[in-house]
Amino acid sequence: MTSLIKVFELPGGVHPPERKAQSLQLPLGRLPLPPELVLPLNQHIGAPAKPVVAVGDRVLKGQLIAEADGIFSVNLHAPTSGQVSAIEDRLLAHPSGMTGEAIVITPDGKDEWIPLEPCEDYTRLDHETLVARVRAAGIAGLGGAGFPTAVKLNPRSNFKIDTLIVNGTECEPYITADDLLMQTRAEEVIAGTLLLAHILKQPERLLIGVEDNKPLAIAALRKAAEGTRIQVVDFPTKYPSGGEKQLIYILTGREVPHGQIPASIGIVCQNVGTTLAAWRAVRYGEPLISRITTVVGESLQIQRNIEVLIGTPIDFVLEQHGFDASKASRLVMGGPMMGFALPDSRVPVIKTTNCILAPTKQELPPPAPAMACIRCGMCAEACPVSLMPQQLLWYAQAEDHEKLQAHNLFDCIECGACSYVCPSNIPLVQYYRAAKGSIRQHLAEKERSDRSRRRFEFRQERIAKEEAEKEAKRLARKQAAEEAKLKLAEKAAAPVAPVLAEAVAKVEASQPNPAEQQAKLERLLAAARNSLEHARQPLVPNEEGEVISQEKLEKQQARIKQAELKVAEAEKKLADFLASQSTNSAPADDPVAAAIARAQARISMSPEDKLRASLESLQTRLSKAQEKAREVQAEGSANAEALQQAVEKLEQKIRDTQAELAQLVPEAPAQATSSEADAAAAAIEKAKAKAAALASMSEEDKRAEQIKSLEARVDKARERLTKAEEENDPNIEAFRTGLAKLESKLKELTAPVE
Amino acid sequence: MLSLISQHPVIASLIALGGLALLFGAVLGYAAVKFKVEGNPLVDQIDALLPQTQCGQCGYPGCRPYAQAIAGGDVINKCPPGGQSTINALADLLDVPAPTLDEEHGEHLDIKRVAFIREGECIGCTKCIQACPMDAILGAAKQMHTVIADECTGCDLCVEPCPVDCIEMIPVETTLSTWKWELPPSSKEVALNLIATDRGRGETQTTGEAA
Repeated sequence: MTSLIKVFELPGGVHPPERKAQSLQLPLGRLPLPPELVLPLNQHIGAPAKPVVAVGDRVLKGQLIAEADGIFSVNLHAPTSGQVSAIEDRLLAHPSGMTGEAIVITPDGKDEWIPLEPCEDYTRLDHETLVARVRAAGIAGLGGAGFPTAVKLNPRSNFKIDTLIVNGTECEPYITADDLLMQTRAEEVIAGTLLLAHILKQPERLLIGVEDNKPLAIAALRKAAEGTRIQVVDFPTKYPSGGEKQLIYILTGREVPHGQIPASIGIVCQNVGTTLAAWRAVRYGEPLISRITTVVGESLQIQRNIEVLIGTPIDFVLEQHGFDASKASRLVMGGPMMGFALPDSRVPVIKTTNCILAPTKQELPPPAPAMACIRCGMCAEACPVSLMPQQLLWYAQAEDHEKLQAHNLFDCIECGACSYVCPSNIPLVQYYRAAKGSIRQHLAEKERSDRSRRRFEFRQERIAKEEAEKEAKRLARKQAAEEAKLKLAEKAAAPVAPVLAEAVAKVEASQPNPAEQQAKLERLLAAARNSLEHARQPLVPNEEGEVISQEKLEKQQARIKQAELKVAEAEKKLADFLASQSTNSAPADDPVAAAIARAQARISMSPEDKLRASLESLQTRLSKAQEKAREVQAEGSANAEALQQAVEKLEQKIRDTQAELAQLVPEAPAQATSSEADAAAAAIEKAKAKAAALASMSEEDKRAEQIKSLEARVDKARERLTKAEEENDPNIEAFRTGLAKLESKLKELTAPVE
Repeated sequence: MLSLISQHPVIASLIALGGLALLFGAVLGYAAVKFKVEGNPLVDQIDALLPQTQCGQCGYPGCRPYAQAIAGGDVINKCPPGGQSTINALADLLDVPAPTLDEEHGEHLDIKRVAFIREGECIGCTKCIQACPMDAILGAAKQMHTVIADECTGCDLCVEPCPVDCIEMIPVETTLSTWKWELPPSSKEVALNLIATDRGRGETQTTGEAA
């Protein structure tokens, strides 16, 4: 039966010797457990997986040992049971020959599985669950690129998938791993294809593409596919039909646009090995822990396909196949066209290892020296992507990145067809790989430099801003200093406002916690008293027989005196404070306002008035001090003397002030008589003095005083009234009402006393 | 109108040409105002080609000032971090012959380097932080400093101010993600080395060609 669909012919392509028969003579082999398994964390395209086991842990076959780090990453599972012996840098199966982090497992020989989660009927599971299972099984494209399969099975919703292609082409010489897999496991491949179709929501066409050099595989697949809608398509053998984009073209005639993925034209392409792995993951719950690999080359005694555990060191594989290192020209992972020479045979088999090639020098001679390009154009004819390889060569040599990109270097699939046909043996692919690398590097550097520019510019801006802020602050300070200077000058000219402000500030500062202040003063007093007591203690000779000298006695006396002075000071302070408290609280609720009033009064006072005011305050202080002194004397305290001193001092001060006042008075009366304003001020002053006196008086005394003053005022008012009656004053009515008011007030005051 | 043209063809043509001149002049004048380009676009183009290390080895305080200087007529071979490739790109842009790097300003290093602070020795003086044009050094007064390697351009400017010499420039190692294939030896070299007795003659031959 031939395929029913039209097959398109790939442009270009080459026909290298196939050499596939030599590895198909023996059935699929298996290897004993190797002494250790090395599992690099990055066996796929994308971010390396993150280890979830620690050194020393025992792991079971199929257990997750490293989990995917993001969408573009793949889980990693233990290929057999054993112990994690190391998580360290190991040589990678990579053309760079670099090392990378790997989990090393020492098998325990039991090959003990973890419990698996099989699924009899996947059609009952929804899309997300199935994709999650494929993802959990750690499947990456087994064809060679290692693209995470779950990502491919979950295309963007705006891509309508109409064709699923399963790639069984296997176009590279030597490799027969997929061929044998299709021959021996055709039913599972078909089941896998149906599963993928189910996951992809049943695309219209299900195609399995196989080159016509694998008749056994085609027959097996066709037999297995009977009764399904899967079409097994065979097409003429030609290298490189197995490339994803090439196979899509061959089977559908559609080309994947530059820089896009097959899903954008409604096609998903999966390798047969990947399809099988996905099937086993969903049906049996088996993660990807082994793969079929071709071990081939004339330097081996046994050439065959083996099912090998991921992580098996290649030197162990070679040893099992009778490898003769002296005959081998080199070791290649992958095929002779696209594979790369292994830097060392200790690297492990990874998920993308489809072939281990150990050719002799006759079989695969080392490349002949490259000669100059003769512009024959054979490479352009061979190119399956219809590029112009010789032009790309020139531009790659000249490192002309713009021209390389203009000639679509990034569409090159690095198949090696051009190098294969080149009569000058020019390693064209190596040029393209190097050019791609340097373009990518250049782009990365460009991005970096752009970021650097942004950072630098941001820094410049920030510095400029900081400078501006500093400058602004400096200017503000300068302005403030100038203002202060101006104020100072104003103050010198008219001290009114600052005095007011000062008084306000003082009161405000002292206001918030009078109780605290009192407590503080009391503490101070107590401390002073303590030290006085201490000083008064009789002198005790330090040593027996020592005579207390006169000098010492004098010193003690001095100390006592000092302490006494301190006590007196503290007491005075406390007394002052208490007095100020009582005066403050007596006349007004708002001490600030009162202070303002006082200050204003003080400002408006004449020097004489000022003196009088201070004399009054001194007198009140004196009376208080005297009272206290009497009290203390009654108690018989030791402070009596000090208090007496304080009293004396106050008296002295009062005398001084009185003398000063007396000096001023001679001029004052003239002023007082001449201006009524001054008289009024004096009256205010008197009232104030009286109020102050009243504040210090007892309640009864206060009332008596008030009564007295009222009586005096009533008398005066009466006098005035009679005088007014005699003179027939027009204001007589006002006088009368005033007198009546005063009398009623007097009555009010006297009533409670009587 | 027609009669005017037929009777005074010279005057008519003068009027027509003059009218066109005025019209186009107005259009151009309007465009010059409307589509005026702010700044010098050439400076931006040059700046985009410079490596943005902001190292100041060219003698200007950063890449942009040097770009402005180039736009103003300065030579293009003063940038050691950019090396010959930057000079070539600049020469391409400005359409001038590409000179070789002026070694006076420093040597071009093929391997990218980044600053590294030996943290045990750092005294936390913040001098390197102030020197870094990229804000790529992290730290505070009396606290250990460290370089954000991803942001470091390898400009060297932090090495000099360090009072305890705890900053060194270390080459950036190639990782798997930055590794790339090397270009194969050029076919010319390979061809010249095919015959053992021909070896070494390549140089004299090429110099001969050059001369």
